[in-house]
Amino acid sequence: MPESLLHLVPKAEAAQSMKDFKSDQEVRWCPGCGDYAVLAAVQGFMPELGLAKENIVFVSGIGCSSRFPYYMNTYGMHSIHGRAPAIATGLATSRRDLSVWVVTGDGDALSIGGNHLIHALRRNVNLKILLFNNRIYGLTKGQYSPTSEVGKITKSTPMGSLDAPFNPVSLALGAEASFVARTVDSDRKHLTEVLRQASGHDGTALVEIYQNCNIFNDGAFEVLKDKDRAEEAVIRLEHGQPIRFGAGNEKGVVRDPATGDLQVVTVTPENEARILVHDAHAATPTTAFALSRLADPDTLHQTPIGVFRSVDRPVYDALMAEQLETAVERYGKGDLGQLLTGNDTWTVVG
Amino acid sequence: MTSQVSSEAGEALVGEQRSAPAKPHHGTEKEVRRLDRVIIRFAGDSGDGMQLTGDRFTSETASFGNDLSTLPNFPAEIRAPAGTLPGVSSFQLHFADHDILTPGDAPNVLVAMNPAALKANIGDVPRGGEVIVNTDEFAKRAMAKVGYATSPLEDGSLDGYRVHPVPLTTLTLEALKEFGLPRKEAERSKNMFALGLLSWMYHRPTEGTETFLRQKFAKKPEIAEANVAAFRAGWNFGETTEDFAVSYEVAPATRSFPTGTYRNISGNLALSYGLIAAGRQADLPLYLGSYPITPASDILHELSKHKNFGVRTFQAEDEIAGIGAALGAAFGGSLAVTTTSGPGVALKSETIGLAVSLELPLLIVDIQRGGPSTGLPTKTEQADLLQAMYGRNGEAPVPVVAPRTPADCFDAALDAARIALTYRTPVFLLSDGYLANGSEPWRVPEVDELPDLKTPFATGPNHELADGTEVFWPYKRDPETLARPWAVPGTPGLEHRIGGIEKQDGTGNISYDPANHEFMVRTRQAKVDGIEVPDVEVDDPDGASTLVLGWGSTYGPITAAVRRIRREGGPIAQAHLRHLNPFPKNLGEVLKRYEKVVVPEMNLGQLATLVRAKYLVDARSHTQVNGMPFKAEQLAAALKEVIDA
Repeated sequence: MPESLLHLVPKAEAAQSMKDFKSDQEVRWCPGCGDYAVLAAVQGFMPELGLAKENIVFVSGIGCSSRFPYYMNTYGMHSIHGRAPAIATGLATSRRDLSVWVVTGDGDALSIGGNHLIHALRRNVNLKILLFNNRIYGLTKGQYSPTSEVGKITKSTPMGSLDAPFNPVSLALGAEASFVARTVDSDRKHLTEVLRQASGHDGTALVEIYQNCNIFNDGAFEVLKDKDRAEEAVIRLEHGQPIRFGAGNEKGVVRDPATGDLQVVTVTPENEARILVHDAHAATPTTAFALSRLADPDTLHQTPIGVFRSVDRPVYDALMAEQLETAVERYGKGDLGQLLTGNDTWTVVG
Repeated sequence: MTSQVSSEAGEALVGEQRSAPAKPHHGTEKEVRRLDRVIIRFAGDSGDGMQLTGDRFTSETASFGNDLSTLPNFPAEIRAPAGTLPGVSSFQLHFADHDILTPGDAPNVLVAMNPAALKANIGDVPRGGEVIVNTDEFAKRAMAKVGYATSPLEDGSLDGYRVHPVPLTTLTLEALKEFGLPRKEAERSKNMFALGLLSWMYHRPTEGTETFLRQKFAKKPEIAEANVAAFRAGWNFGETTEDFAVSYEVAPATRSFPTGTYRNISGNLALSYGLIAAGRQADLPLYLGSYPITPASDILHELSKHKNFGVRTFQAEDEIAGIGAALGAAFGGSLAVTTTSGPGVALKSETIGLAVSLELPLLIVDIQRGGPSTGLPTKTEQADLLQAMYGRNGEAPVPVVAPRTPADCFDAALDAARIALTYRTPVFLLSDGYLANGSEPWRVPEVDELPDLKTPFATGPNHELADGTEVFWPYKRDPETLARPWAVPGTPGLEHRIGGIEKQDGTGNISYDPANHEFMVRTRQAKVDGIEVPDVEVDDPDGASTLVLGWGSTYGPITAAVRRIRREGGPIAQAHLRHLNPFPKNLGEVLKRYEKVVVPEMNLGQLATLVRAKYLVDARSHTQVNGMPFKAEQLAAALKEVIDA
């Protein structure tokens, strides 16, 4: 396997600690917001990555989560609504010595910026996208979002929202993403492991982070966090492991031989051999997509978390750089005088 | 015979036609006349290859050393329904033995490949002009399609013209018989037959076109040779047939040009080269984020060819992503550019505002076209000036630079880059469809005469706190230029965060403080107001009391109109703006020197609005929004009216 693109980013000269990644800015999210946990997890993980912090850039759009770059003691840009993937694409494709992260939310990435998100995924630009999904608009004070469940009562939908939600993992897989994962704000260990895998991935990594908005959508993911209920609700995906969950792992995922679709069954000695073994590196996204559809959008029962898909695919910025090199090999380094003169000139003498 | 150029309609300084005695030429007995200038228009169906024909004639003319100016004019549809008026595509070329400024008002020669081309263009040809028609296309049905009840070739409606009926299609097929091509394929070479004929008429060199054809069709040598054969057949037809008794010579314009090496160049090509040159002169990689749009796409195409200059071109998913990627690259230390036309600017507005707030260098190239909305994609207009000036939320001043001729797009691009880099600001470069596609001779500059655009990045702390700690403040400004430091990621110790939220002066931290916001708004304005631009020059040899003030691509027609007026003894002063924001410092004083100020524009008076508001002068507007450049003669008449008023 070729060396990871991370080798292009300079390493830190000395060991780093979480403190090195905290900026001097006061964090201004609402007390109790899930964003704090994600910030702590990212700041805690960064020293492990060991990159020179001046070569790390966080780019965000607009929304509560998009304030994130201000709190990281790296380079950062808090841009405009929905456009972070586009801006980060320009940065990443022109500066391969940088580790570029995008921080976005469900409204920012999936509504106003949906186009940029799918195209970044399709191109496989070397970006790590952290999509904070709280299933609500927080900064504008509580309107439904493109991931809100149907019928949601909000200020803008007093009789209930009408539109079907996106499943961000399904969307990303459909947009040719090479790395798609889901994790939860409150599970620091799981979140860190997903960040670890995402940061080592060459190309666009989309990490959906279920994040609680305790002001406008409190408890949206409670079923996945509550100890008693989580066992039944959460399906933890681990590459190479059978997909089993529930109290005592009594449930498992099998493929329906008739339709090819996935279904949840109670594991018995007879069907145990049929339990699907998770393969995040599968060539096609078909099974990953089917896994993403197991979750019930209303109750969040059977919600898989972990890395759905992680495959090697040509990286846009690497290809772009190769074309520049090839052009020099083929035509020589550009000579401005020659270019301006062209092939068709005449001379005027005094 | 009637002269091809009537001197009274001419803009020529050496006005009258010079006729040489008849003499044998190329061993024939045909008469050769000398002309000082000619305007030719090739017109046909969109699929007839008229743009290519015009381009080739232009190249021949350029390499011959004439001064020239071109006006391609084509529909937005790629292949409009054949034989219809909306499907007509044309290319006008004005060439001369002296310095000229416009593609000319009225063609002396019209080449009409079908009835639609004749109908759409004959109104522009003055009586006495030459009309070459492809008679093969004048079948009843084709004529009926464009409303000719009877054949204009026979019903006397062309009596005032010198008509050359030529069965171009038949002659082309005849010439290509031995190639054994399918009829349809062979017919397609008829534009080269026409080009050969015109090349004979005007003594154009032919090697360039033959080389060009062999290169263009390198993978299909039989098609290349068929086109060369059609081209030569056209030439020979002119030389042998009795219908063409006279050929014309237009001497090179060497006396009008300073010494140097020259080439022909279109506005979009010159602009592309200007961007590449700016990258080199700034010693920064050039990054283009763009989305295809007429008439700006040529720049994306051109820059994409020059990856060996380290140029990165990114074709984005939409206009917003195009400028977004460019802005991201600017943050990373590239010379960043986005190219578009009016509708694209509308989509980019929010990101331009962000660039104003981030204070990063960024070039926004707007090749203006007819608007509003989709408007006239392939026609020219100057109606984005106010959009460039004010089309954003909040107080978001952006410098505006406008080239005046196709070749000037090169210098204007360098100048826009200078402003963007020196002042760390987005800059608008306002070209238009007329400049983009039109072409003229360009003296190729020596690379070492180009301006130095090197801009140092920040490398260390720039501020000392009260306790003596050295820190980096991303919004601590240069006291001269008011530019903030450009600190690119990868620079140790300068980690900082920037964004679209109002920031505190100096530290750049988020600030909602009222007094700070007031200060920042005024400071951003002061930075743009303080940009150094050269004084506007006034051309006023006669001490006139009327000043004509223009900007951008109207330079050619305005200057031609001014020459006409002066030739008739009327005094008029002329000034032309390259910098629309900020205006040159002397502009107010210049405007107040004149009793009358008239501002011709291809919009409804946008510059006039700006100067009236800023300088309280009673500027009169003269406007035209028909998608075409001003005609010098009409403009001269309008200016005369103001002088006489």
